Amino acid sequence: MLPFDFDYYKPETLKEAVDLFQYLDQQGNQPMFFSGGTELITLGRIDLAYTDAVIDIKDIAESKVMKVSGDHLILGSTLSLTEIEEANLFPLLTKTASEIADHTARGKITLGGNICAQIFYREAVLPFLLADSQVLIIGPEGKKVIPINEIFHEQLRLKRGEFLVQLATDSRFITAPFISIKRRQQWDTGYPLITIAALKTGQELRVAISGLCPFPFRSKEVESVLNNIEMSLEARVQGAIELVPDPILDDVEGSAEYRLFVLQNLFYDVLARLER
Amino acid sequence: MKFHTITLNINGNNRVVTVRSADTLLYALRGKLGLTGSKPGCLNGDCGACTVNLDGWPMKSCLMLAVEAIGKKVTTIEGLQNAPIQQAFVENFAFQCGYCTPGFIMNCHSLIEQHPDADDEKIKEWLESNICRCTGYAEIERAVKSVLKKNRVP
Ligand code: FES
Ligand code: FES
Repeated sequence: MLPFDFDYYKPETLKEAVDLFQYLDQQGNQPMFFSGGTELITLGRIDLAYTDAVIDIKDIAESKVMKVSGDHLILGSTLSLTEIEEANLFPLLTKTASEIADHTARGKITLGGNICAQIFYREAVLPFLLADSQVLIIGPEGKKVIPINEIFHEQLRLKRGEFLVQLATDSRFITAPFISIKRRQQWDTGYPLITIAALKTGQELRVAISGLCPFPFRSKEVESVLNNIEMSLEARVQGAIELVPDPILDDVEGSAEYRLFVLQNLFYDVLARLER
Repeated sequence: MKFHTITLNINGNNRVVTVRSADTLLYALRGKLGLTGSKPGCLNGDCGACTVNLDGWPMKSCLMLAVEAIGKKVTTIEGLQNAPIQQAFVENFAFQCGYCTPGFIMNCHSLIEQHPDADDEKIKEWLESNICRCTGYAEIERAVKSVLKKNRVP
């Protein structure tokens, strides 16, 4: 139960959703697109999130798509992580998503919701960053398709009134060798510390990381050092560590020093597994 | 609209209830419909005490708005009538204080329905969604496995 009231709308078309947002916005409301809604429900309860108009986009057909179209896998933003896991059409995504929250919660958390969330982790974005996926966004200016690596910088750079509808991924990357490792502070179910996802295309290794900085990222600089086989293994890992972006999270889940130590070992694990 | 008079299909019956948009399904079940079997624990999606079954899948009812349940089939612990997992909990001493039990049972029941051939890894993955402060979990695992085994065609 949330301590504030809001209107609830469930449009059935993209246009209806976008128009509704604009209309409410112009009326001075604070509308919010809502997919799984777990963040609004949990943060709203403790006054860390607020809206006076929820626009639930789960009834919009385009946002529920899960299909292979030509060479691409198309995934709708309102698919739950469980639906994605059960269908297992993108094994790296299945593995990365299966480590988010817990199984029951993943039946409510959606792909788009995780990618656009406020929390640091947002691990579901990692496979798409690695696979150079395309995102379909709708907003007042209509539909646009953009490479995710051009629009995801620390977060998905949506303009007011826009929302994520679909992600399209080339099948070349879906079948590429991968590894996804999540290290937790303790046990199997403790709070996440760092997740690393890696993909190998040809001889090239790609890595994306969540839980190290206050945002998930893929860094070309880090990748180029890790891929430099002229250097010793130790020098590559050390060089990659020096190139990770700032700031490094430093909180009760793990100090910055400890996170970098864990990351170093993760780099060794990734190289050992994918460079064979 | 901030208030809605909606029809929810709960335990096979259509129930009409007036809710705020901001009411969770858990609150509507307990506060409006008198179905107090689903338990409030953390109210934050962490403990699983509030788990119900939604179209055959487990759902933490504190993570869902009541209005989102329109058109879905909701089953609460009150809707299970001598399901095999209930008997198995009794036989395997799978609870002590019992506060977490309705949530665990609804999750286990969904697992048995969705994955009758669940292996150890799958059982662990599903049961990690619920927390019990009394038992050592081993009894709960035994209860689930006893039902899965019974259901397995030899
Ligand atoms: S009360 Fe819903 S998960 Fe704890
Ligand atoms: S039996 Fe007491 S919390 Fe589980």
